[in-house]
Amino acid sequence: MENPRYWRLKKQRYGLVGEVCPHCESKIFPPRDVCPECGSEARTEFTFSGKGKVYSYTVMRDAPAGYEQNAPYTVAIVALDEGPMVTAQLTDLGEEKVQIGMPVEMVTRKLREDVEKKGILVYGYKFRPVMRASN
Amino acid sequence: MSDIVIAGIGQIPVGEHYTIGLREMGVRALVQALHDSGDLKPDALYIGNLLSSMISHQSNLGALFTDYARLGGIESYTAEAAGASGAAALRLGVLAIRSGQANTVAVLGVEKWSDLVRSEAEAAIMQEMDYDYESIPGLTSTGQAGLIMQRYLNDYDLPPDALNGFAMLAHANGAHNPCSIFKNQVSPESYARSGMLCDPLNMYDGATYADGAAALVLTRRDLLPKNFPHPVIRVSGSAASSDSLSWHDRHEPMAFNAAARAVSSAAEHAGILPGQVSLFELDDPFSIYAALTLEACGLADRGKAWQMARDGEFAIHGRLPILTMGGCLARGNPIGAKGIYQVAEAVTQLRGAAGANQVTNARSALTLSLGGPASTAIAHVLERE
Repeated sequence: MENPRYWRLKKQRYGLVGEVCPHCESKIFPPRDVCPECGSEARTEFTFSGKGKVYSYTVMRDAPAGYEQNAPYTVAIVALDEGPMVTAQLTDLGEEKVQIGMPVEMVTRKLREDVEKKGILVYGYKFRPVMRASN
Repeated sequence: MSDIVIAGIGQIPVGEHYTIGLREMGVRALVQALHDSGDLKPDALYIGNLLSSMISHQSNLGALFTDYARLGGIESYTAEAAGASGAAALRLGVLAIRSGQANTVAVLGVEKWSDLVRSEAEAAIMQEMDYDYESIPGLTSTGQAGLIMQRYLNDYDLPPDALNGFAMLAHANGAHNPCSIFKNQVSPESYARSGMLCDPLNMYDGATYADGAAALVLTRRDLLPKNFPHPVIRVSGSAASSDSLSWHDRHEPMAFNAAARAVSSAAEHAGILPGQVSLFELDDPFSIYAALTLEACGLADRGKAWQMARDGEFAIHGRLPILTMGGCLARGNPIGAKGIYQVAEAVTQLRGAAGANQVTNARSALTLSLGGPASTAIAHVLERE
């Protein structure tokens, strides 16, 4: 476990903090400092709403080391309302069948077990179906 | 300047080689290829490998293999481009000869996979993706393919077994390849019964990772010995292109732009159209990548490659044979070595030595290796004189 690496990414993992390009207004996640749309420097922080829709999804059955306890689990590409897409696990699905286009929202959950027995777990964003008041 | 030719090929069977390690595997393939070339003396060795530093705890493979294959202090190092590492090493060899820095180059693709248990090996190969933003959320390379297969089936409104034509044709061809890991045939029924890896991607849609080592010897046309025993195979095109590591950073994830760019540049370099080649050794770590490649390269309409595979258009005697020795799906996927297997297989076809799998009158071949989901794409065109 590379502690500084996880500390460095805490804003992204816990807060979905990316960037907005001051030149073309594109919203950027993950942050990359060079706007992927117009090529200009883009270092202005932008916090995403955490709302989006499922672009696609799959079910992980052969989980890699550190993820076995949750297997099988669903991973999706989520198209955020502001534009960019992120890869994340879906959670709190209950009996709900995942569908392309399904509205989802960000929550913070444990991502990975402590495989190296150093007392450190990795937390970060997952997405769950948007709660519907009518239910 | 003189043309670049492939003078020698060597391959060990793809499989689980518990009794031999990284170095024995690599040396065996190298010795075979050098012998096949008429014992040419290389002045450089380029190596394609992805996982040796994680799985075998071994880096600096150039020093290891030049020493163990007794190549006498020549220039040597590794090219790494995930699953396209072997093809990257080949391209280094082509560039070295083309630039005049080398006359004869040995190229080795080698991968030791089977030393770790499954979950640890899966964790090792996750490094080919965007580690912070794909691997940490728990995705694997197989999961990446499952994600895009789901979207493909959805967008074109296809049944879950739409892609079965690729596994069926790969296994039909792999059954006659002495180096392939699987010799069994796949039927629509056995495909439909197969267990899921990453839904909707099933066990026949994902190639089995395995150990492998394959090698080539490249030289200048004018340096071939007078009594050279094989038909002469020229490398007439070589090109590489890149794209984002992850699907989530692409506007059109199904476009496979890097594959399209690498293939069109390599073909242009050779002065042919991709559809004119006798065979296409494309990259099929997952059946969906074969479909996306054919569609990106203009060899199938969007959303139609699966139908053409079912209709036999890509079979040995079809319109454009692909995966003629089984591809990754049946030969097995030796990751960093696979690009060299692909070229060795294409050379076997062009030499007319492919036995039951021989493509009639094979004159030219296209090869394409992918690193990740066409994050890296490296293509070569080979032609028989």
